[in-house]
Amino acid sequence: MNNVSNASGVSKQTKLTYREALRAALRDALAADERVFLMGEDVGKYGGAFGVSLGLVEEFGTERVRDTPLSESAFTGMGIGAAIAGLRPIVEIMTVNFSMLALDQILNNAATLRHMSNGQLSVPLVIRMTTGAGRQLAAQHSHSLEGWYAHIPGIRVLAPATLRDARAMLAPALADPDPVIIFEHGSLYNLAGELDGGEGPVDLTSAAVRRSGTDVTLITYGGSLPKTLAAADLLAADGIEAEVIDLRSLRPLDDATIMASVARTHRAVVVDEAWRTGSLAAEITARITEQAFYELDAPVGRVCSAEVPIPYAGHLEEAALPQAAGIAAAAREAVGGHG
Amino acid sequence: MNAMTRTTAYEIVQDAIREIVPDADFSAVGPDDKYREALEIDSLDFESLVELLAERTGLRIDEDDYPRLTTLGDAADFLAERQS
Amino acid sequence: MGEFRMPALGADMVEGTLTEWLVKPGDVVAKGAVIAVIETSKSDIEVEVFEAGTVTRLLAEPGDVLPVGAPLAVIGEAVESAPVESAPAESAAVQSAEVAAAPAAETVSAATEPPASTVPAAVEAPPPGAGVAPLPVRTEVDASAQATRPAGPPHLEAGPLVRHLAHERGIDLATVHGTGRGGRVTRADVEQLPPPGNGIRIRATPYARRLAAELRVELATVHGTGRDGAIRAADVRGASARRHEEEAVRYPAAHKKAPERRGTDRTPQAAPAPTVTAGRPAQGGASGRRTAAMRRAIAELMSRSKREVPHYYLSTTIDLTAATQWLHRANRDRAPGERLVPAALLLAATARAAREVPELNGFWQEDAFVPADAVHLAVAVSLRGGGLLTPVIHDADRLSPQDLMARLKDLVQRARRGRLRASELSGGTLTVSNLGDQGVESVLGVIHPPQVALAGFGAVVERPWAYDGMLGVRPVVTATLSGDHRATDGAVGARFLTAVDRLLQNPEGLAS
Repeated sequence: MNNVSNASGVSKQTKLTYREALRAALRDALAADERVFLMGEDVGKYGGAFGVSLGLVEEFGTERVRDTPLSESAFTGMGIGAAIAGLRPIVEIMTVNFSMLALDQILNNAATLRHMSNGQLSVPLVIRMTTGAGRQLAAQHSHSLEGWYAHIPGIRVLAPATLRDARAMLAPALADPDPVIIFEHGSLYNLAGELDGGEGPVDLTSAAVRRSGTDVTLITYGGSLPKTLAAADLLAADGIEAEVIDLRSLRPLDDATIMASVARTHRAVVVDEAWRTGSLAAEITARITEQAFYELDAPVGRVCSAEVPIPYAGHLEEAALPQAAGIAAAAREAVGGHG
Repeated sequence: MNAMTRTTAYEIVQDAIREIVPDADFSAVGPDDKYREALEIDSLDFESLVELLAERTGLRIDEDDYPRLTTLGDAADFLAERQS
Repeated sequence: MGEFRMPALGADMVEGTLTEWLVKPGDVVAKGAVIAVIETSKSDIEVEVFEAGTVTRLLAEPGDVLPVGAPLAVIGEAVESAPVESAPAESAAVQSAEVAAAPAAETVSAATEPPASTVPAAVEAPPPGAGVAPLPVRTEVDASAQATRPAGPPHLEAGPLVRHLAHERGIDLATVHGTGRGGRVTRADVEQLPPPGNGIRIRATPYARRLAAELRVELATVHGTGRDGAIRAADVRGASARRHEEEAVRYPAAHKKAPERRGTDRTPQAAPAPTVTAGRPAQGGASGRRTAAMRRAIAELMSRSKREVPHYYLSTTIDLTAATQWLHRANRDRAPGERLVPAALLLAATARAAREVPELNGFWQEDAFVPADAVHLAVAVSLRGGGLLTPVIHDADRLSPQDLMARLKDLVQRARRGRLRASELSGGTLTVSNLGDQGVESVLGVIHPPQVALAGFGAVVERPWAYDGMLGVRPVVTATLSGDHRATDGAVGARFLTAVDRLLQNPEGLAS
């Protein structure tokens, strides 16, 4: 990597947070295209429930950054209508738990209209929402329901887990003629670092190998990526080289990257903060057995959240979620014979 | 059966052994060598060999005669002698 | 009605080569008939069919290398080729009438006794008083469904209870012949199987299995280091590497050429001659390869035994005066083809001693001893050119020395010609190794897991022997016992050897 500045004149070594990266992407989008506007609960004056849109209403005005009533169904439906009508709305839903109130709009309208109109209507809508636990927000603000959305044909589901993806996924998501849901894991907002790899466009289809290894493939996404990388460090201390795959796109899944990695390591552990039952982890495990069965030298392992509503108490919440030590233990189990 | 020469008897023994040990290599087994050892003929094979020899020569071969079948030469001698 | 599958001919077999068919489609086969010859790493094996029927379709060609359990042929009901199947409807009524006129019992026996009689037996036995009403004609639906089923992974028809039972006993259902409706495996089918030991489902990861097939490693010979002993890729690679080292030492020239015959290679030279009488189609390089494969199989099995089985060894010298005299008397009036060798008496005594000491006759499975319900003696037979096979004399404790002799001769001859049958290589409950002919006096053998003991005999030799206060020269044999100390202690082994001794002092008793 060299240190050449990109076209916008910002050095790619700029230090910033995940939240700031998302904000920079929003600012770019609002500035670049007049059809783009942001709406949601408290995105304007308050600056967003998690501070992502802080300062944007002052910069772009209340027409482009709109506070909405507390009705996820209503403002998501408005977003769908605006998208059909030619605008490029970005709808922010405070948490994935609350998005259940908008699920009818997303599942029955956004995801279906292209199909039901024989291609006459498209819904170029972007929905951003916070997901996940780890901040003691208890069982109504902390769940990981990405897998439910990844179940639905007709929408694209993204999970940026790095500063770079937080910064760069929004533009291609807006360019997509179909609905795109972007999940921002709450534990990542304060993630700080340098914007490796610049601010240029990224693709929305491929998984990324965040760490190369030969002994076991750890497959994860979103808020579990930092924990999984930490687990890989623990494993490296034991002489086990883990390959870490960041899915990035939860729908469609990048099977090729997963299978290629499993074919190298012959062992896989899926790390998913969602509950195990009926989860993305289950889907990925099934695909591995479908497509790479004869590569497997151990059963596919899964590290998921305990099947309880996420607890409020800090120590219980921590115990309920996947942690680096547990991920490393599952990887050791898969690698087995080493010990 | 015509009078059996020692040469004929020798051939009969070799042929019978070949039936039991198809790839028997007689170039390595002289007339005075203990062929059972050289050709890995165990007691079961040996019983089969005696059976074949008795069948083909029409001679009676008792257990007490077995020591006389130790080498190819002995066996040929024994058969020729018993026949005459 | 069902599929004839690649049988598991020993615990170390994962695949076999179909060498030749001894039947063709349309042939009627009786239960137990030898219908194919399968080449394994050890030998050519004649394989029997376990049901009477008609060979509807052959699913494999000679030269095909197929995994255990792969369907080889479809066996339909004995009556399927009977003419009424294809007869026009109008004549069916006439034929039915004829059948109805025939006694019901005859129709039934025609259906069960191949070759088919002249009675059109495709018709079910008429119910009493059915008169001349058209009888239900058995349809061909089942047969055609079977015949057109793609040769993919075998579909196992078995209920949950049966599956559970099979799992508990370590039986691979794919190798079980189903006698239930539509070929379903019934509880009785599983229960009547000989104790597993051959045919145990091997725990191995999919990748390890794939790798084993690619590297031509026999999984049964690989020691698994994974959870619950599962074989992992690293175990297979290790076994393969060891084998290559061994081969490089043992067969330097062949190792360089490595002429592997695989399923896709069907050149005339590689394919076995399609003649029924061909005794050993694999010659030259192939037999060398087989020898090497057998060596590996023996190496792995024996290594596993010595690694896992804590052996104890006992030995005793037995006076064979009575036995030798008895043999001499017995042989005096016998034609050469019917004479007995001492081994017949030794086997008889061993088999009866095993019945007397059942603690040594069975299997060590899942940390416990499982006694066998019969005495099946596995007899170690050395092959010319190296290697050994252990064909089995079933129910040896019930055979006279005369019968044992006949069985032994037959098995040894066919073992050496590569003409053993599948059923003759499985089910051994105790192994006997007799190296007397090789000139040694005692055999301290290695147990063949999961068996728990091995009896050994050396040469019958004349030795000075004190008897009744006097010294004389007597024929004696050294009998040994290798015992699995997990299953038994030395005292049990001692009981066994003293029983062998006692039985050999009374050869008349063995013969009766």
